[in-house]
Amino acid sequence: MNRREALSSVALLLGGTIIGGEVFLAGCKAPDKKIAMAGLNFSPDDISFLDEVGETIIPATTTPGAKEAKIGEFMRTIVNDCYEEKEQKIFLDGMQKLDDACKTKNGKAFLDCDAQQRHDFLVALDQEAKDYQKKKGEFDKLQDDKAAAEKSKGNTAFQREDMPAHYFTMVKQLTLWGYFTSEVGATKALRYIAVPGRYEGCIPYKKGDKAWAT
Amino acid sequence: MPGDTTNINTKATEQYTYDAIVVGSGISGGWAAKELTEKGLKVLMLERGRNFEHLKDYKSASKDPWELAHRGRATTEQLSHHPVIARTWGKLEPIMDYWANDVDCPYTEVKPFKWWRSYQLGGRSILWGRQSYRWSDFDFEANGKDGHGVDWPIRYRDIAPWYDHVEKFIGVSGSLEGIPQLPDGHFLPPMDMTCVEKDVAARIKDRYKGQRHMIIGRVANLTEAIPGRTSCQFRNRCWEGCPFGGYFSTQSSTLPAAMKTGKLTVRPWSIVTQILYDKDTRKAKGVQVLDAESNKTYDYFSKIIFLNASALNSAWILMNSAVSIWPGGLGSSSGELGHNIMDHHYNVGVSGIMEGYEDKYYYGRRPNGIYIVRFANLPGDKKRDFVRGFGYQGGASREGWSRNVAELNVGSPFKEALTEPGAWSVGVTGFGELLPYHENLIALDKDKKDKWGLPILSMDAELRDNERKMRKDIIIEATEMFEAAGVKNLTSWDNGHAIGDGIHEMGSARMGKDPKTSILNSHNQVWDAKNVFVTDGACMASSACQNPSLTYMALTARAAEYAVEEMKKREL
Repeated sequence: MNRREALSSVALLLGGTIIGGEVFLAGCKAPDKKIAMAGLNFSPDDISFLDEVGETIIPATTTPGAKEAKIGEFMRTIVNDCYEEKEQKIFLDGMQKLDDACKTKNGKAFLDCDAQQRHDFLVALDQEAKDYQKKKGEFDKLQDDKAAAEKSKGNTAFQREDMPAHYFTMVKQLTLWGYFTSEVGATKALRYIAVPGRYEGCIPYKKGDKAWAT
Repeated sequence: MPGDTTNINTKATEQYTYDAIVVGSGISGGWAAKELTEKGLKVLMLERGRNFEHLKDYKSASKDPWELAHRGRATTEQLSHHPVIARTWGKLEPIMDYWANDVDCPYTEVKPFKWWRSYQLGGRSILWGRQSYRWSDFDFEANGKDGHGVDWPIRYRDIAPWYDHVEKFIGVSGSLEGIPQLPDGHFLPPMDMTCVEKDVAARIKDRYKGQRHMIIGRVANLTEAIPGRTSCQFRNRCWEGCPFGGYFSTQSSTLPAAMKTGKLTVRPWSIVTQILYDKDTRKAKGVQVLDAESNKTYDYFSKIIFLNASALNSAWILMNSAVSIWPGGLGSSSGELGHNIMDHHYNVGVSGIMEGYEDKYYYGRRPNGIYIVRFANLPGDKKRDFVRGFGYQGGASREGWSRNVAELNVGSPFKEALTEPGAWSVGVTGFGELLPYHENLIALDKDKKDKWGLPILSMDAELRDNERKMRKDIIIEATEMFEAAGVKNLTSWDNGHAIGDGIHEMGSARMGKDPKTSILNSHNQVWDAKNVFVTDGACMASSACQNPSLTYMALTARAAEYAVEEMKKREL
């Protein structure tokens, strides 16, 4: 691949752009200081909760799962250091929503559910998020068209409306990205060679061989 | 030498006078320093940013991906210093401080303009894409033939020996193809194509009866070791700086050669604010330097000056020089200084899926892709509604864990599916020639100042009708070629292109045959100050569609030889 394709390997994750990946024409909207939002510190309970959500998405099998990749801590780092304020809010509110939705569905908190209940719950939530993201895609496209139409009419003041991402899409992206780029994910679930030393463009592959981590 | 800055070579520090001053240490500045010192000149190389040492300063280059706290993604704190880079794909965690601080160094965008800058020793030679293609006479003759811009004062025969000279020294891997519009060079062994790329290339060749060529990229990565440098290890992390010296950069290649002569002094933190012009001799006598750390000003003197400050900053220096004689600056007597800004336009392409090949894979991470050579508006081509042409760059590889697995949600089967490679994805983006328009320009914005109180540049350049038509054709032709090659599920995109985003900005001080319409003559000398040579992207009279750095290097080596010959003849 040439440099043009050196785009972040996560950019196509789940068929959308990575959340928080773009800072648009206005330039950087990075906050100088963190917003005063309870929860950005991520308590140990928050981390355990995220570890379990991550583990349900990427469970331990013959290879380690997301918990062993310290997925909760990874989420804390990214949400704090790389997310914009409004994304941080979606994520933090989303943790609560996830737990509330679980209580509504299963009558108990996510951490009180067994592995099967957690799995079934997240399968349903994943479907909800996919349906939502599809609508968001249509909404964004409509806004793009509207912006283009206004621009062609000479109206530069048009402000695009924004439909927020679904919180579960965020959590799932963070889990996959954090897991497959972690040491256990890259070296055990996938194959990683730091210094390949040579390149062979066309070699045999047999089903079951691991994909390259990078 | 004044200032407390780091001087790599301390032997010559007591003096203010040199044989030659090279402004800039990037791809072309490094070449100027190497050639001039090897010819015996005492050279001062000025770099506006920090010192940046080979190996030692490539801090992330030997880390594993998981050792980066944000796994490669830039933080909001990093982005806050780089609002321009934040708008590009270059916003990667390990290299954010390789980019210039956009807040300290603002510029005005009359039209959207993405200016990727690296203000440190080596400039963008550390970060460059390394694609290295020769131009042909189809390119050097184009302006003269279709009347856009001014005729180039040189032809392929003038530059060919210098392409040889450069390729032999930097190391370019590639395949010999015998294609007239993309002359072969002195190549190290070519990199391999993937199985799918090989078949797509063969099918395109069949379909177009040998008139279209998909070849492996020609790239300044070493497929064999050369003296002083280890071969490419196929890690594909070049932009972090290579611990093996596996690709060409100032640091890996030209700087060590220049240092070896004992005749080079490097002064970092040195912003050249103007060329000191002597109206009696009608030549430059030196440069004024603003120390970026101390804010003190110093004058340095030399017999010749090479301006290699980058395509736009070299023009900026000229605009600020000799203003008491020419209000628009040195070289402005032509009325063209700062005009004819070009780039290569891309962000337009086609991708799809190649079915099958599930039993094929590859080993190693190739820092290179495939290249589809220009075919539009060349002999044998059909009539098109635009002039000039475009190439494509891209590749075919198997999808990884980030792919969408539609039928799976969460849990073990989902995870296991992602641990295996996915389908073969094939994609290309066009790289189109941009015509030299007088109306596409940069100028000084005297109302705004940078961190050092210096006037900033204002950018007013955009794609026009010819480029818009070409972009439509880029999609049509790639779609047709991919369909012929059996690629399925094709999708195309045209995300628009802000000038500068091709990172091939050029043309602000063009070469030409006539001082009334050009800034530089056939040897890159400023018509109005013959001991000033401009050999970076500023000098280009047209853009062609090939990546330009190899041509900058060749022009620099050629001009250096000429300059030294002229000095010997006491003409300079």
